[in-house]
Amino acid sequence: MAQAPDLTAPKRPVSHSTLGRAQRWSWMFQRISGVVLIVLIFTHLFINLWWGDGINQIDFAFVAGKLASPFWQWFDFLMLTLAMIHGANGMRMIIDDYARNPAWRATLQWALRIATVIIVVLGTLVLFTFDPCPADADPSLLPSLCEDI
Amino acid sequence: MSPATTLYRGHEGMWMWVVHRTTGVAVFFFLLVHVLDTALVRVSPEAYNEVIGSYKTPLYAIIEAGLVAAIALHAFNGLRIIAVDRSTWALRHQRQLVWAVWIGFAILMLGFLPRHLMHAFGGA
Repeated sequence: MAQAPDLTAPKRPVSHSTLGRAQRWSWMFQRISGVVLIVLIFTHLFINLWWGDGINQIDFAFVAGKLASPFWQWFDFLMLTLAMIHGANGMRMIIDDYARNPAWRATLQWALRIATVIIVVLGTLVLFTFDPCPADADPSLLPSLCEDI
Repeated sequence: MSPATTLYRGHEGMWMWVVHRTTGVAVFFFLLVHVLDTALVRVSPEAYNEVIGSYKTPLYAIIEAGLVAAIALHAFNGLRIIAVDRSTWALRHQRQLVWAVWIGFAILMLGFLPRHLMHAFGGA
């Protein structure tokens, strides 16, 4: 059985006044967004996966029918951005904990930042430039609201 | 195992920390994939329906159940973390609150799993 490592003082002192401020904001954001995300994601799962026909109802017509409404556009936008920042902030802490080599840690942190920005921008563009009734599409695949157009 | 060999003693708090990290990482990677698959609504109805159709298979039905389980555990344990941090009562009772997390998780899964599996496997 391996011995527990000795706890030695860090070689480089850490400034607790500045580290503390950033980390406190990070922790506050994690809690507040976490509570909001519980409401958003549980609603999302209830409507899409439990209500009605559950997983079987999910197709283009279902998603387009929802995203045609500004309420669900903004609901999904808030869920997307909060979930990505909450998740990326958690991943940032995990990378800091386990990636001990500085170059490797920097690579992972940058990959995380780039992936987060790409996903948030892509998701936002889709939510707000999306056409629920594309003109050249098979009408049988479209939501019922397209019949009125 | 002698208690002196490790800094960690394996009590409830440590295991819930492990649960919180693993479920968090799992949900994060699912989220990346989920935004990409939903982005296909911008490509064409056919493209979206084809990819989302693969979610309606028995294997994915099980994975979705695991995803909901991970989200529920992460959510309830997150509330426990906030409570323990904000209230000395919750701090004193943090072990009982671990049980509250698992009971809340069990109730939610009992409400979700039968219905989801019926949807997925054709009973409803």
